[in-house]
Amino acid sequence: MEIERGDSFHARQLRARDMLRGDLEGRDLEEYVEERLLTTTLENALNWGRANALFPLTFGLACCGIEMMSMVTSRYDIARFGAEAFRASPRQADMIILSGRVSIKMAPVVRRVYDQMLEPKWVIAMGACSSSGGMFANYAVVQGADKFMPVDIHVPGCPPRPEALLHGFNKLQRLVRGKPDLGWRQRYNAVGTEEWARFETGEPTPEAIERAARAVAPKHSETRPPDA
Amino acid sequence: MPDAPGLELIAQGIDDGRAGTVIETSVEHGKATLIVNPDGVLHALRWLRDTEGQGYRFLSSLHAADYLPATPRFAVHYELLCRERVERLNVKALLPDPAAGNGSSPFGDEPLPEVDSCVELFPTAEFQEREAYDFFGIVFRGHPDLRRILMPEDYVGWPQRRDFPIGGEPVLFTHNEIEAPRWFE
Amino acid sequence: MPDETFRDEAEVTERGVSRLGEDPSAPVADAFAEVAEGELEGPGLEPEQEILTLNMGPHHPATHGVLRLIVTLQGERVIDLKPIVGYVHTGIEKSCEDQSYWKVIPFVERMDYLAYFFNAEAFCGCVERLLELDIPPRAQYLRVIHMELNRIHSHLVGLGTTALDLGAISMFWYCFRERDTILDMFEMSGGQRMHTRYFQVGGVFEDIPVGFERKLREFCEVMPSRIDQYEALLDRNEIFLRRTKDVGVVSRERLLELGVTGPLLRAAGEPWDLRKSPGYLSYGDFDFKVPVGTVGDGYDRYRVRIAEMRESVRIIEQAINGLPEGPWIADERKYVLPPRDELSTSMEALIHHFKLVTEGFRVPPGELYYSVEGPRGELGCFVMADGSSKPARVHFRDAAFVNLQAFRDMCVGGLIADLIQNLGMLDPNLGGIDR
Repeated sequence: MEIERGDSFHARQLRARDMLRGDLEGRDLEEYVEERLLTTTLENALNWGRANALFPLTFGLACCGIEMMSMVTSRYDIARFGAEAFRASPRQADMIILSGRVSIKMAPVVRRVYDQMLEPKWVIAMGACSSSGGMFANYAVVQGADKFMPVDIHVPGCPPRPEALLHGFNKLQRLVRGKPDLGWRQRYNAVGTEEWARFETGEPTPEAIERAARAVAPKHSETRPPDA
Repeated sequence: MPDAPGLELIAQGIDDGRAGTVIETSVEHGKATLIVNPDGVLHALRWLRDTEGQGYRFLSSLHAADYLPATPRFAVHYELLCRERVERLNVKALLPDPAAGNGSSPFGDEPLPEVDSCVELFPTAEFQEREAYDFFGIVFRGHPDLRRILMPEDYVGWPQRRDFPIGGEPVLFTHNEIEAPRWFE
Repeated sequence: MPDETFRDEAEVTERGVSRLGEDPSAPVADAFAEVAEGELEGPGLEPEQEILTLNMGPHHPATHGVLRLIVTLQGERVIDLKPIVGYVHTGIEKSCEDQSYWKVIPFVERMDYLAYFFNAEAFCGCVERLLELDIPPRAQYLRVIHMELNRIHSHLVGLGTTALDLGAISMFWYCFRERDTILDMFEMSGGQRMHTRYFQVGGVFEDIPVGFERKLREFCEVMPSRIDQYEALLDRNEIFLRRTKDVGVVSRERLLELGVTGPLLRAAGEPWDLRKSPGYLSYGDFDFKVPVGTVGDGYDRYRVRIAEMRESVRIIEQAINGLPEGPWIADERKYVLPPRDELSTSMEALIHHFKLVTEGFRVPPGELYYSVEGPRGELGCFVMADGSSKPARVHFRDAAFVNLQAFRDMCVGGLIADLIQNLGMLDPNLGGIDR
């Protein structure tokens, strides 16, 4: 790190002497400490622990449940990400993978089980049927689990390959750690092109762009020092 | 399958026991069908099961169908199988819709078509008759426990009738996003 | 809010007895009646004699899907059982009435989600018979290969999850290892691991690709030794034997009355298999045995499924050895898409393609019931055609739906641990039950 700073050895020696005397103040001291220590807050450490030890709830509803089971098996091992301990009790689980079509008879049951889970909890809607009703646009299937419960990750596919579900699971891990993946609108600089944003005129309005940017801005940034 | 003359003999045998049961016989696509009067269904099934030489003791499937707009509207199909001779026979009971002409939709307390339950002849019919009741509203008289099996218990309406809407939501495209309510509204 | 929106179906009356939301004054026809009259309940009874109604709810690790069981227990003995299904009811049969015949095939594949080729075959076979369309022999052999691979796949998943319920977790990993090999082959021929939409009305969608035969032969060589491994794990395992021997026995006559077919019936001693009698597709060309048990307990059902897997491997070997050359789909342009290279040269082919893709083919009015031997039993499909391009009624007689009626007979009188084992050996598939 000292090499990147381009300082000479003599300058570093002078700064070390200043710190030991108590002469480094404010910004200088912070920079000095940040360079030399792995600073972390408790929250970051906890989130790292949570992300790498998520306990999914056994919730196989239909065909996607079989692919979820095969994700647990040795070929598409989910144990390398720490989530092979599927808990049957919602009180012990962190994450619910809604694998399969949610029928109208099952929806209250799903909601009840979700409510019994303890915070923090996350939801992966696996497959097309739980994301949006899938191919079944009829009286018996709820058109998307996010009609009655908040969903964090949607994994497309019918059924999604286990690798696709693992990809979604990795995204969830990044979300849990506090550094969620950028959505495609940020990546392609298309914020403000949402349907609601261009409803009236067909073009994104400046207020809409600003509102969207605020909505998707990351909560903590790596570059800002934590609430100094 | 019994061929056409064999089927005629069967129809004759059933009619001997109780006249006016068999309305029609037909053989098509390799399948033999007996169309019977709904009042004589139990007699026909019992005859087919118990008579020497017939022995259709296995009920493969009991399902209902809705022939709207043809009348009679409903039919209950009994797929019988004789395992010794590996022969299948279909018995079809045509049921008129008692609520026809009232202009009622398939919700609410309209009168329901009825037929006798064959659970004491073929215990396998228990779940399958419940399914026919659940989806078409056909009441099976004498069924021990007739209630909905696949739909929620308090559901109103008979989903697989032809005039029941298929449900679901309209797919959101650009051309209809003005009218369709969006998720954030 | 969630507690108000979801009302339990079992409402507790003032006597503390759970009824199933029925009219309390209506007579009930089972063990509930005795309880309702207060004969078996009341102070002064030992705790082991009290009746407990337990709800093994739709979300349960051991119910192989979302099956809800209302079990009436006395101590640990089951005295009554009511299965409640419908928690994954998708309205597939109703949706099918709105799609053209070609589009019905993916819907129908998702019913019994472990036996997808069988669902497709039941529907395609039924429509082919309604159209009086003959399938070329190569297509018949390819269909048999895929169906037998799917049978092995279904038995592997069923046995793996059953063993998982009984505590033998190793079996689960090994079964899924073979399952992944089979799914690789499905991916080679159909493009997707599950629900490949490979079967079409008239034959199969495409010919098998170049590496398929080699991979299939490797699989057939390796699979018998793998089945030996499964047998070595469970066959003489004392715990498995104690849990499955003489448990869940239902007599053959009672099973036939209840309409049960498939491995459950064959384990009870009845050699009834639709592949032999009457036979369909080209099963008559193959030499295979139908394994039949003697007692009909859980152990026999396990042995029948293992033996069926071996027989399926033999059928696949014979089929791939004798695979005839020729077209893989019928040539009838009114029902089958023309080959793509003709589309640039022949106007008629283009018109046929256009009509088939946009509207679909029309089936003359008629109705037919056609059944195949699925991994759970007789899988039947009833199609009613009214002359338009959409079916007027598609109904599936699903094997697991009818087999579930035998579940009560299997479990009543046994322990609740036996109930778990019976449910595994019954091998229900809730997608097929609920459709």
